[in-house]
Amino acid sequence: MDSALALHRFHFAFTVTYHYLFPQLTMGLALLIVILKGLHLRTGDAHYNDSARFWARIFAINFAMGVVTGIPMEFQFGTNWSRFSKAAGGVIGQTLAMEGVYSFFLESTFLGLFIYGEKILGRTGHFAAACCVFVGSWMSGFFIIATDAWMQHPVGYKLGPQGEILLDSWTALIFNPWTFWQYLHNMIGSVVTAAFVMSSIGALYLLQRKHEEHGRIFVRVGVLAGLVACVLMLFPTGDGQGQNIARYQPATLAAMEGHFETNPAGQGAGVVLLGQPDVEKGKLDNPLIIPEALSFITYKRWNAQVKGLKEFPPDQRPDNIPLLYYSFHIMVGLGTLFIAAMSWATLSLVRGRLYTSKPLLWLLFLLAPFPYIANTAGWMTAEIGRQPWLIYGLMRTSEGASMRVSAGNTMFTLLGFMGMYALLSVLFLFMIWREVEHGPESATPAPDALPQPVPVIGD
Amino acid sequence: MDTNTLQILWFCLVAVMLTFYVILDGFDIGAGIVSLLIGRDQSRRALVLKSIGPFWDGNEVWLLAGGGCLYFAFPTLYASSFQGFYLPLMMVLWLLMLRGISIEFRNHIVSDLWRPLWDKVFGVASALLAIFYGAALGNVVRGVPLDGQAEFFLPLWTNWQPGSDPGILDWYTVLVGLLAFATLTMHGALWVKLKTEGSLANDSRALARLTAALVLLLTGAVTAASFSLQPQIVRSFTAQPAGLIFPALAVAGLGIVFLRQGDVTQFLGSCVFILGMMTSAAFGLFPYVLPSSTQSGLGLTIQNTAAANYGLSVGLWWWIPGMLLAGSYTWFLYRRFAGKVQLNSGH
Ligand code: HDD
Ligand code: HEM
Ligand code: HEM
Repeated sequence: MDSALALHRFHFAFTVTYHYLFPQLTMGLALLIVILKGLHLRTGDAHYNDSARFWARIFAINFAMGVVTGIPMEFQFGTNWSRFSKAAGGVIGQTLAMEGVYSFFLESTFLGLFIYGEKILGRTGHFAAACCVFVGSWMSGFFIIATDAWMQHPVGYKLGPQGEILLDSWTALIFNPWTFWQYLHNMIGSVVTAAFVMSSIGALYLLQRKHEEHGRIFVRVGVLAGLVACVLMLFPTGDGQGQNIARYQPATLAAMEGHFETNPAGQGAGVVLLGQPDVEKGKLDNPLIIPEALSFITYKRWNAQVKGLKEFPPDQRPDNIPLLYYSFHIMVGLGTLFIAAMSWATLSLVRGRLYTSKPLLWLLFLLAPFPYIANTAGWMTAEIGRQPWLIYGLMRTSEGASMRVSAGNTMFTLLGFMGMYALLSVLFLFMIWREVEHGPESATPAPDALPQPVPVIGD
Repeated sequence: MDTNTLQILWFCLVAVMLTFYVILDGFDIGAGIVSLLIGRDQSRRALVLKSIGPFWDGNEVWLLAGGGCLYFAFPTLYASSFQGFYLPLMMVLWLLMLRGISIEFRNHIVSDLWRPLWDKVFGVASALLAIFYGAALGNVVRGVPLDGQAEFFLPLWTNWQPGSDPGILDWYTVLVGLLAFATLTMHGALWVKLKTEGSLANDSRALARLTAALVLLLTGAVTAASFSLQPQIVRSFTAQPAGLIFPALAVAGLGIVFLRQGDVTQFLGSCVFILGMMTSAAFGLFPYVLPSSTQSGLGLTIQNTAAANYGLSVGLWWWIPGMLLAGSYTWFLYRRFAGKVQLNSGH
């Protein structure tokens, strides 16, 4: 691979992967904060409000990271992918501009009000501000997913006289069939992250025996939201994504499943649980397979034929099959594990034992990083699976980069971003650690903080 | 609407959005410079920060929204200029990042090492950003060495001359950079004066006076240089003298800053000055959006960079309601946080 191109790819992949570490918590937490504020409005229990304030502080730090790492993303379409932008900007610029106009304004305005304005807004006003932040961040997710979905499955365009890509139908662009499942799967994935982070901090407090009232709230809200979200990840949203891939990107499906040979007629294709793909020899080492499951999952028939990778010409296959295969399996593996863990925790919550169960609290505490891994792996599946296309079937990745920006200049800015992000990571972790240490206890109790019994499930 | 009208309309909309960006983010960048220059102690710098606290992020969104509209309405212009200005844009990004985290992270920790450090970062990044933005505008006015494919790539500097092989920085673009620095300092000082009381407000008034004089001087120099370097400007204003309304706006704005006293009036005067300067530049280059520094035929115009008709007209359908909404939140926010800021009060 030409090294300037490789660097442009790595540049984008690195910065977007880093960026997405923050919005996933933002979007999920926005929902959970609305829930906490809502519980406060309904019960009048001040612990919910303290909890909402605590998470709002975490949210603000996280949001700032999302903003500063998001701005480079918007620029890089032009700086690093200028041929792509020139060809397709009239289409994907639509959704990116709508994101700015419809969601970033909403989010940034109401976040300011939410963070600085609790006193001047009053209780319902403050709740409304939280709702606006939630709507803004979920709309933001929608527009960016619609952009990505168009690259995965271009619709609503026509080709101009010089082969330029022209928007032909705005509604087709917005109602791209690919967007639907991708959006739901991705947004619920962000709820998984937020729920796991919340229950993790709660479990930490319970293990440390401090801020226990709040710790219980965090664990309860986190575990319940986490269970619902994890199940929805598998079905129907993950399944829906898989169906789309089978229909529109069959080569990707074969590669991510490690399915090299088309299964013979009358005999279903299996789902690979474990095994290492050997791309040179075109086979899987040490396979552990559930027979016929892949045929059923993709086509809802036990013996349907699923095209193997070898049926696709080499220039139509994704270019990094092992990484694609592992990313997909890591995501699905973790997803299964999350369902198991959260079911166990919920069972124990219902029985009233969760808050004192050391092993479960330790498990919840340690699970926090894994949704980040699952989300990142999911994106790697999507983006590497799309290769060698930048716009599936329309434009190859090698045709889209900025040809006038040399490898040396790209390397320079890549190193710059790496340095900057290393610094940001340290700062971010330090600030979050300080907030967690400081805890949710409000220094001066709010006027409505009358002591009330906390409703605890099964208590 | 016919193609020509739509293209001109979108050109105006994008220009207005980016001008709003300069006016709004301009005052918080300016506030950063104010904090660097006269924010003598921690509490004064905290006050400066507080005056922009709820606003700066929303102000920055004008860049993203304006940039997004530029992207879909004039994709070739976006693609060409972002590739060509690769290096300075990346530096702008780093500066924006440093500014953002210095504002957001400063207050989380009370320490005599932490806060002064972030205050410095905030001030220096703001100052450099002002200069970079000015230099960028200077590059657009001077023109760039476009090839036949609407592509170019500029190094940071070559021989510091605005000839046919220019760099991002040459004497002309640096001059525009200095003008931008002076303008945003004046603009920021007027904002801080509007939002604070006591010694900080007094010092800001003095700083604004000083920089307004500098702005006057530099505007004269930049105008003369622009007219001699970019023949298109002369052509535009002679072909349509009505366009002189834009420079007249700038003069009126600066006049208000000099002659009036009211906090709000002076700040608005500085907004009008920026509006006048930006629109004058846009009008002067029209129909070019990125002229060529070698052969004028290679320059990028509204017509040869615009997206197709359908996209432009469908864009209006969501742009108008979207901007009405965005405008109303912005208005609401500024109303809610109107008035002077003090330390240790609700806002
Ligand atoms: C918490 C995170 C998380 C978890 C537990 C899962 N996923 Fe996922 N998955 C994502 C986070 C994610 C993601 C980050 O949201 C992706 C990346 C791109 C996208 O749209 O969503 C994604 C993409 C994605 C794709 C599309 C890949 C492509 O476009 O090429 C499929 C088929 C699945 N997922 C399927 C599943 C299944 C069957 C799961 C079983 C439990 C699962 N995911 C769990
Ligand atoms: C936040 C989640 C995302 C992650 C983690 C992610 C990850 C990646 C990765 C790993 C690559 C490199 C693939 C390769 O070169 O083999 C990549 C490439 C790319 N992605 Fe994404 N991506 C994300 C979202 C998006 C979105 C929303 C868009 C478009 C709007 C997008 C557009 C691109 C482009 C233009 C490239 C470069 C071309 C290429 O190498 O494929 N990505 N991304
Ligand atoms: C190439 C892809 C991407 C681009 C160009 C991009 C652009 C941006 C920009 C410019 C911001 C800052 C907005 C502000 O100033 O308020 C931002 C923040 C944000 N982005 Fe991204 N983004 C990308 C990928 C993603 C993905 C894949 C998601 C989620 C699905 C996402 C969701 C968000 C959200 C919710 C925010 C709000 C702020 C935050 O979370 O901290 N972005 N993004």
